[in-house]
Order: sequence, then C-alpha cells, then structure tokens
Amino acid sequence: MATLPVLKEYPAQEHPETHFLNHDKSLKSWLLTVDHKRIGLMYLASVIFFFFVGGVLALALRLELWEPARNFMDADTYNRIFTLHGAVMIFLFIIPSIPAALGNIFLPVMLGAKDVAFPRLNLASFYIYVGGALFTLYSMAHGGIDTGWTFYTPYSTTSGSAVISMTFGVFVMGFSSILTGMNFIVTIHKMRAPGLVWGKLPLFIWSLYATAIIQVLATPVLAITLLLLIMERTLGIGIFDPALGGDPVLYQHFFWFYSHPAVYIMIVPAFGIISELIATFSRKTIFGYWAIAFSSLAIAFIGFLVWGHHMFTSGQSELSTVVFSFLTFFVGLPTGIKILNWVATMYKGSIWMQSPMLYAIMFLFLFTIGGLTGIMLGALSVNIHLHDTYYVVAHFHYVMMGGTVFAFLGGLHFWWPKFTGKMFNELQAKIAAVILFIGFNMTFLPQFVMGSQGMPRRYYGYIEQFQTLHQYSTVGSWVLGVGFLLIFWYLVQSLRKGEAAPSNPWGGRSLEWMISSPMPPHNFDYIPVVKHGPYDYHQPIAEFRLGIDDGHSHTETKAH
Amino acid sequence: MQRLREYLLPEQSSTVASDVDNLFMFINIIGGLLLLGITIALIYYSWKYRRKSVEDVTPVIRHNLALELTWTIIPLILIMIVFAWGFRGYMNLRNAPGDSMEVYVTGLSFGWQFTYTNGVMSGSDLYVPAGRPVKLLMQSRDVIHSFFVPDFRIKQDLLPNRYTTQWFQADKPGQHVIFCTEYCGSGHSAMMGRVIVLPENEFNDWLAAEKAKSEQELPLARLGENVFSQQGCMACHSLDGAAGIGPTMKGLFGATRNFTDGTSAVADESYLREAILISNTKVVTGYPPAMPNYSGVLSDRQVDALIEYIKELN
Repeated sequence: MATLPVLKEYPAQEHPETHFLNHDKSLKSWLLTVDHKRIGLMYLASVIFFFFVGGVLALALRLELWEPARNFMDADTYNRIFTLHGAVMIFLFIIPSIPAALGNIFLPVMLGAKDVAFPRLNLASFYIYVGGALFTLYSMAHGGIDTGWTFYTPYSTTSGSAVISMTFGVFVMGFSSILTGMNFIVTIHKMRAPGLVWGKLPLFIWSLYATAIIQVLATPVLAITLLLLIMERTLGIGIFDPALGGDPVLYQHFFWFYSHPAVYIMIVPAFGIISELIATFSRKTIFGYWAIAFSSLAIAFIGFLVWGHHMFTSGQSELSTVVFSFLTFFVGLPTGIKILNWVATMYKGSIWMQSPMLYAIMFLFLFTIGGLTGIMLGALSVNIHLHDTYYVVAHFHYVMMGGTVFAFLGGLHFWWPKFTGKMFNELQAKIAAVILFIGFNMTFLPQFVMGSQGMPRRYYGYIEQFQTLHQYSTVGSWVLGVGFLLIFWYLVQSLRKGEAAPSNPWGGRSLEWMISSPMPPHNFDYIPVVKHGPYDYHQPIAEFRLGIDDGHSHTETKAH
Repeated sequence: MQRLREYLLPEQSSTVASDVDNLFMFINIIGGLLLLGITIALIYYSWKYRRKSVEDVTPVIRHNLALELTWTIIPLILIMIVFAWGFRGYMNLRNAPGDSMEVYVTGLSFGWQFTYTNGVMSGSDLYVPAGRPVKLLMQSRDVIHSFFVPDFRIKQDLLPNRYTTQWFQADKPGQHVIFCTEYCGSGHSAMMGRVIVLPENEFNDWLAAEKAKSEQELPLARLGENVFSQQGCMACHSLDGAAGIGPTMKGLFGATRNFTDGTSAVADESYLREAILISNTKVVTGYPPAMPNYSGVLSDRQVDALIEYIKELN
C-alpha cells in the first residue's frame, strides 16, 4: 500500500560546494546546456554586451549634437548610428532583457519547477537570437542601415543601405521571442508546484505571462511585415509602393500592429520586477494583488488596439485617429492603478532602502513622468504639435530607460546574490544608482523642453536656439556613462572577490529564496509545496520551505 | 504660468495655437500635481516607515475598495476631459474654413515647393496673407515627408500616392520656420523652409509680381534662375561654392566630374540635361544619390533655361 508523502521543512543549504555554475565546468556543458539558468546567464551576457554597444552609439550621437552643424561625423554616418542605436537597443537588448535573461533564470524556480517545459526549445531560442544578432552585426559591418529602426517605406525600399540583412536579422530574432513566449506560457500553466494556485503566483510570473501572450500573438505580424518589406525590395511585389498600386501607410499599420504591443513586451516584465522589489523591501503583503495581476493582462489586451496612435499625422483617416486616441487613454488607467498600488504597498511597511529598492523608487518617479507624458501625447490636438519631436524621444526614454532599464537594474541587483552566490558593494551600488538618476534626468528632461519648443527628432543638424539644451543633454549622457561604468566595475569586483551570499539576503518569501545561492543544478532536490502567497510576511517563514520527498536520494540537502 | 508656457512652447502665431497650448498646460499642471503627490508619498513613506528591525511586523492590507474606486474613477474622469478637449482641438485643426486660400505643396528630398492656384511657384518660402485661412494640398514626389510649423502647431505627413491636407490662419505678419518631421535621408535636417506672412495688400502685390515674372518672355538665364528658385534647388545645391547635400552650381559647367562608379565626364550641356532629367544614373563622388528625377516635371524650355543659368554661374 502506498503511504502518503510526508510534508516537511527543507531549509536551504548555505554556501553549497556544488551548484549550477560549477557542477560541470566544460565549455560544452555551457554551450549545449539545457539548464534554464545557464541559458538565462548566456542571454544576460549577450544583452549586457548589446546594451554596451547601443550605449556607445548613443554617446556618439550625443557628442555629434554638441554643435548645431557638423561636429565629427557626416549626416549619413549620423543616420546610420541613430538607426543602429534604436535597433540594437530594442531588438537585441530591451526585448530579451527581462524575459529572456532574468525570466529564464527565475521563472521555473519561482514556480517550483526544475526547468521550463521545453528545455531544448529554450536553448534553440537562444541560438536563434544569436543567429539574428549575427545578421545585425553583419549589416553594421556592411555599410550599416539608415532607415531608422522603424524601416518606414518607401524610404526603406529605396535606401541603398543594408536593409535586407538587417530586417532579416530582426525577422529571425522574432522566432526566438515567440518560442520563449510559448515555453513560458506552457511552463506557467503546467509546471507549478503543488499548492501554487494562480492566486499565489508571484507578480513577476503574472507579468511574464502577460508578456508571453503578447510575444506569441504580435511577433508573427512583425515577421510578415518584414518579409513583405524584403519581398518588396527584391521582387518588387508592390504592397507598399504607390507606383505599383501599393500604399506606404499600410506598412505603418502593419509595423505598429506589432511594435506597439512590443512596447508592452518591454515594460510589462519591468512591472513584475517592481512588484517583487516593493513587497520584499517593504516586508509587506502587496496591496491589490489581483488589480496588479489583471492590469498587466488588461494592458496586454488594450495594447493590441492602440497602434494607430503612432500615426496621428500619417494621413490615416480622422475617424481612425479619434478612435485610436480614445482607446489609448485606457492604457493609462491600468498603468496608473499599478503605480498607486505600489505606493500603497509601502504604507505602514518596514522599508529597507537597499539598492534594488532604490531603483524601484526611482522607477516609480521616472515611469510616472513617462506615463503622464504619454497622456500628453495621446491628446489629439497636442499630439499634432509634439509628434516626431524630441518630446516623443524624451517620453519613450522615460518609459524604456527610466522604466525598463531601471527596473532591469533593480532586478539584476535583487537577484545577483541568488545566481552568482556573491554580494556586491552596497555603498557603491547606491552611489551608482544616484549617478544614473541624475544623469538620466539631465539627459532627457531638456529633451521634453526642446521637443515642445519644436525640435524635430532624427535631426543631424539643428537651428542654434536649441544648442544650450542639446549640450545639457550631452553632458547628462556622460554622467550616465560614468554611472554604468561604476556598476560594471563593482559587479566584476563582486564576481572576483565578493562576500559569499546567503540563501535569502533580502528576506524574500517566494521560492527562489528558499534554495541555496547559487541555485542547485536542478533547483529543488524535493517537490516544493506552496502554502502561502509570495507576499504573506505575517506567516512563519518555515511554512514557505515546505516540500515532499521527490523519491530520489539526495545526501547534500540533508546536511542542515 | 504665462512665462512657463512662453518658455516651453514656441510663439503662438496661428488661430489654433492658444487652444492647443491651454490643453498642453492643463495636462502639465494636473500631471505635475499627480507626480508631486506620488513623489511626496514615496519620500515620506520611505522615511516614516523605514526599517527599524529585521523582525518588524507589518499589517496585512490587501484591499481598500473605497480607495481603489477613487483612484480609478478620478483618473477616468480626467482622461475623458483630456480626450474630449484634444478631440475638439483636433476637429478644429482638420476642418479648413470654406473660404480658405488653397496652395499646393510638394515635398521632395530635400526641399519644399509651393504652387499657387494662379500658377505662381515658389521654392522653400511659402508666402501667405495674414488673417486669411490657408489650406495646403500636399503630396510628396519621393519618400514620406512631414510639414511642421511649430509656431502654428500644425503638422501633417506628405505621401507619394495621394493628397493630404492641413490648414492654418496666421494672425500677423512675420516669418516662421518649416521643418520636415518625417525622416527622409541625408538631408532630412536641412529640409527647412519659411512661412512668410505678409499683410494682405503686400501679399497681393507679391503674387501679382511673381505672376508677371513668370509670364514675361524672359531671357533663358533669367527664366533658369526663376526655375532654380521655384523648384527649391537651392535646398541642396549652393550657388557660392559651399558644399551641400548635392554639389555646388558654382563653376560646375565645363568642370570634370568624377563618379562613384569610377568613370568621369565633363559637365557639358548633355551631361547637365541627363543629370536633371534622369538623375542618379551618374552620382558624383562624395555625395549621396539623393537627386529627385525631373523627367516629366520640367519642360524642355525650363531645362534649357536651367543650363543657361548654370553656365552663367561660372
């Protein structure tokens, strides 16, 4: 007769000798790994590399804009560099940054699973991403591309630059995004630990779930669009070329049908990280769990219906413009609710201002500015004036950089001890965060002013009245550069000689904190059983470490 | 508040500008208050509820229906006000008064060209009378451009396959910059022009003088000079030897031109004709292949006139 499994506490082993980083050290064990944590780390290294590339390009752009006329590069070079900055940052850094890197490392762990549902597919996603990235690097080396990251027709069908290899690279990377999204959806549905019902999922998982849905539904449209663009260039099929009966505005509809939801692929995972940070460092139950979870899904859904707000001046019909404007405001609503929920979570909390929390607070400030200026751009008559000016540039940098990058950095610092097993220098981390905050605002606040004064974006030269503001912005970009160098320096120091991290340095309650740092090769040597929600700080911590024996013998976990 | 608006926005030079600006300021004020509230709460909570001990016990607060309803309904009302205000302003921006003066606008890489209904053409500079609505019927000769006058708060893309329109009414004489705000290539940021607003009578004089100029049996070189200016050629080609998006016209005739394909030719009449009508078959080294095609746009007489004018610049 079968006996009922015994529910007991499985405390994490502190400072384990064997973990996922060192249980097999051969190069092959990394390159052919199916371990989600190692794949996540390879993604992390790649996205950090491409963030560096995109950042250097941005510094070059800002330096060129020091002077109203030519400073040190010509117009064609400038146009290629701003295109690459956008394409690299969006397709190679920000889209994979949180889901594919941090999500890959932590999604299965937070679900109490040993891996994602399809580990081999996960590795395939990574190599497809690398393949797409190689095409991008190839286009950089072969003349670059000067169309802007949006590849608008008819300019992109007539431009002499490397449009085909670049768009093909983006096309290939799209598959990586789709496969990762499918993998996450199946994993979340099928591989939750016993007791981990939907209402007890960490909010980071909810945000990855919403993101994965967008990735799977929207990315195919981008793939179709880019393929049509390539066919237009090579075969002259005439979908977008008016001389052959096509319509260039159709391209914009296709493009933004993906690229607007893609904005939420970039920001929704950031919301998830912020929920984790605010709750953990306030040591408090999250306020409005379901409101936060469902607002991610609501944003994902409404996000599909607002693409036309990128096209208010494009020549689409007035009726479409009005409808798109109306719907756009309904993205603002769930977003605003999230921000207020996070602030309310801090009320009567026990707030520990460590560097990840500092990033979360900065996120709330910067993202609120990004959101409110989005309301400004949604207002029809004002949009006509602000469209395609630096106001838009500042707005999306407040959302993408002030929002996603700051959340990414918060998440990176939050989980760094967990996946490296090392602590970093907290004082230096705080100093770097403050430097970034100052540098970021110095760079992008003047751009709101320039934009409302009428400075158009994607301008190589400009009229002299804008020079002072451009120079503030350029100095700000240097401050940002210094901040990122400092982060890079102390994280390398942490890897080399950082203090060994305990299993739960921040006092978290979700499952990743209940296992060793760095994690064991298979995450859990038992079947974790979830009794409480991830933010139930009023429950005894022992009840978060429950599990049942998985039928294998594990000598190492018995030590404590 | 007045000074903040004047700092943030360009001068108000059209009839629609003040309504747009008022909405802009309304959103800034409401948004500023919300941001201030959130920032104060963040800082105050961070200090007031700072951690005293690792064992701090925090209350379990999961919901507060009244609070959640409040912060859903108030923003909902605010965004509906913003939508309705923006909608009203947009309808105003889109619907040109029936008695508008119509001007055809052509955007081309990288310049603007304006054609009045009486046949007068003007390159780069759009002359209009003050106090009268002007409707622009716009199209592009190549890629997408966008016609933006910050002082008027108007902007609209120009497409290669159909007309798009917008209108404005400048309230007083003056000059206002025109920017291209849809990225169009090498010369995108140089694709500027001016709106020159004249008092009604001066505008009528200007229009009549231009009309007379175009109807006279001008010497070819003078006609060429007019065509050069009306087509907006100076957006890319200087007359004084300065490098632009395209080569300067000064000293061009009779000079040896080196092309990107390695060949070269002397710039004689046949070369100039080909360079204008079937552009970019030979591209001069150091310049982008950005010249629009003028075949079917210019008459034979106009091409002859341009060649005479270019000869004269030596």
